[in-house]
Amino acid sequence: MSQRIVIDPVTRIEGHGKITIYLNEMGEVEDAQFHVTQFRGFEKFVEGRPFHEMPALMARICGICPVSHLVASAKACDELMAVTIPRVAKDLRRVMNMAQIAQSHALSFFYLTAPDLLLGMDGDPAQRNLFGMAQVNPALARDGVSLRQTGQQIIELLGGKRIHPAWIVPGGVSEPLTEEKRDKILTMIPPAIEATERALDWFKEIVVHFEREINFFANFATLYMGTVMDGNFALYDGDLRIVDADGNRIADGLDPLKYDEYIAEAVEPHSFLKSPYYKPLGYPDGIYRVGPLARLHVADRFDTPKADAEFRVFRKEHRQSSFHYHYARLIEMLYCFEKIEIILNKPDILSKHVRAFAEPNSYRGVGVSEAPRGTLMHDYEIDDNGLITRANLIIATGHNNLAMNRGVLQMARHFVKGTQIQEGMLNRVEAVIRAFDPCLSCSTHAYGQMPLAVQVVAADGAVVDQVVRG
Amino acid sequence: MRRVFTLKIDDRDVSGNEEQSVLDVARENNIFVPTLCHVDGLTAIGACRLCLVEVQGVAKLLPACTTMVREGMVIHTTSPRLAEYRKMIVEMLFTEGNHICSVCVTNGHCELQSLAVKLGVDHIRLPYLNPIREVDASHERYAFDFNRCILCTRCVRVCEEYEGAQTWGVMGRGIESEIISDLDQPWGDSKTCTSCGKCVQVCPTGALFLKGKSVTEMVKHREFLPYLATMRKVGKNGHG
Repeated sequence: MSQRIVIDPVTRIEGHGKITIYLNEMGEVEDAQFHVTQFRGFEKFVEGRPFHEMPALMARICGICPVSHLVASAKACDELMAVTIPRVAKDLRRVMNMAQIAQSHALSFFYLTAPDLLLGMDGDPAQRNLFGMAQVNPALARDGVSLRQTGQQIIELLGGKRIHPAWIVPGGVSEPLTEEKRDKILTMIPPAIEATERALDWFKEIVVHFEREINFFANFATLYMGTVMDGNFALYDGDLRIVDADGNRIADGLDPLKYDEYIAEAVEPHSFLKSPYYKPLGYPDGIYRVGPLARLHVADRFDTPKADAEFRVFRKEHRQSSFHYHYARLIEMLYCFEKIEIILNKPDILSKHVRAFAEPNSYRGVGVSEAPRGTLMHDYEIDDNGLITRANLIIATGHNNLAMNRGVLQMARHFVKGTQIQEGMLNRVEAVIRAFDPCLSCSTHAYGQMPLAVQVVAADGAVVDQVVRG
Repeated sequence: MRRVFTLKIDDRDVSGNEEQSVLDVARENNIFVPTLCHVDGLTAIGACRLCLVEVQGVAKLLPACTTMVREGMVIHTTSPRLAEYRKMIVEMLFTEGNHICSVCVTNGHCELQSLAVKLGVDHIRLPYLNPIREVDASHERYAFDFNRCILCTRCVRVCEEYEGAQTWGVMGRGIESEIISDLDQPWGDSKTCTSCGKCVQVCPTGALFLKGKSVTEMVKHREFLPYLATMRKVGKNGHG
């Protein structure tokens, strides 16, 4: 008799998801699926709205990374207006985007993942959280809180509020930067860099205890996709590059605005999350990963010294296990703080010329930028009066859907045995998902409430065991 | 010579002349009466019912904006009954349209929004109607989002009383009422509209706005209206 295990809800991720593990007659894992159980409908209800509202409207998709949506949406609107925005406006958008990436990475690493790393995959679930962590290693917890705070405060200083600032607008930003705010942000950077370096040192110390997990943590060959600018690691502007697991370039110089020429989206009946794939390889062979791990695989170098040094260490080894997302995330945080400092020290950063004005000049606009979780794409079409007629979004988490599903299966095969579920087994399965830091509410554009769940299902469809949390 | 009356508003002795409304006299004496369809300089119409007050000896509630003062009136501008009615009116305005403040161009500068805050509207007790309405963005410079329209008719009045264009009008009855330009054609096709923008500036919500404005950016400027109102009065009195 085959059986089914359901983990519902998956904990310590953004949004609500569910994992189903199918067992065969022998009680061995046959298949596993990661379901995103919410539906939102942003693409539909923006139809008919004036395009100038889009950045602020789309930012409401997510309270964790509204800035990423602001950026991609505003870039799509820049395309609709067919304008080149002032260079300083671009720099200011980049600063806010990097502050956002840094705070989101801090949330993912310290709040969601570090409890597993510090207290162990089999640790007491009641303790396996930020508070349990604060008891065992208060300095680490403090660094996590302060890094997230730094990112959020930079966003607040620039945009007036931490969540859903409306400062990034079509054509640039709405207000120039003041000297006082610039100086305040600059004082926040050195301590943030030091805290990030401490986290990197700690991670390298403890990572040796996770050899077994690393081997099965979505550890398989896939393509990687990310943005590069002249080969440099890039987050705001650039071309897309796709490399294979060994680093061979599969495609380079891809125009992000023509994403639909090389990316297609498949729909699976078990999830509201679409499964994008690389067209030339077809579905599901066109599986690829995006986000920190992918970005560190596509880039040739970083253009900031500390992050570049760390990048070289990272690339010395073959790191295809998704466990290395965590490492990559810390390196990106380091880069973000370094780069913010460089940009804010540019002599013209206080320029008052930060916005271009224009009527709609193009019927279609695509905006692509790197969000904390990977490449984010907003694609709009408008009518003669500038009202939205069609919108398509590919959210970073979506790109990783195929890889997350395969990762869950791989982990379940190695750690889930028999019909008696042990908490530690399931936590490992969830931890694979956490490594990708998915944002499910974003990626499905959420209707209703669906916390994470694991089910063990028998061959005849009977649910053998079920763990529900949330 | 205008006759001067003495009356009581909220137990205070006040005075006003025969050409003044209860609202005028209340405001002169810094007594707050909420309004939404009223704006200084436009003809009062008593449509939104937010300025309803209690007048001693009158069973019905009367709108302060269209009720002229009389000798010996005793008026109360606040009471539990009035507070409840006013809240209910604002709640009904919210349920009737699609008012999503967080993504509105006038978020933070909207009269409906600030009035709701002032009146303590923290919940909407009625079901939302969620009407399906469209945005008219056919005009070169302005757009009209009927989702955010509360039918105050400020736009209709300013267009008629000051610009003399009479572009705006009201079509339909009751809940079917809507603001139309000319003979219900796209605003951009209007032959009468002079693109003066006065309607945009007097609109209390984000229903009328300048194209190109992003969320929170549409701040209305109404300074022109008291000036024009004064000039008009001067002209009428033959002193201009």
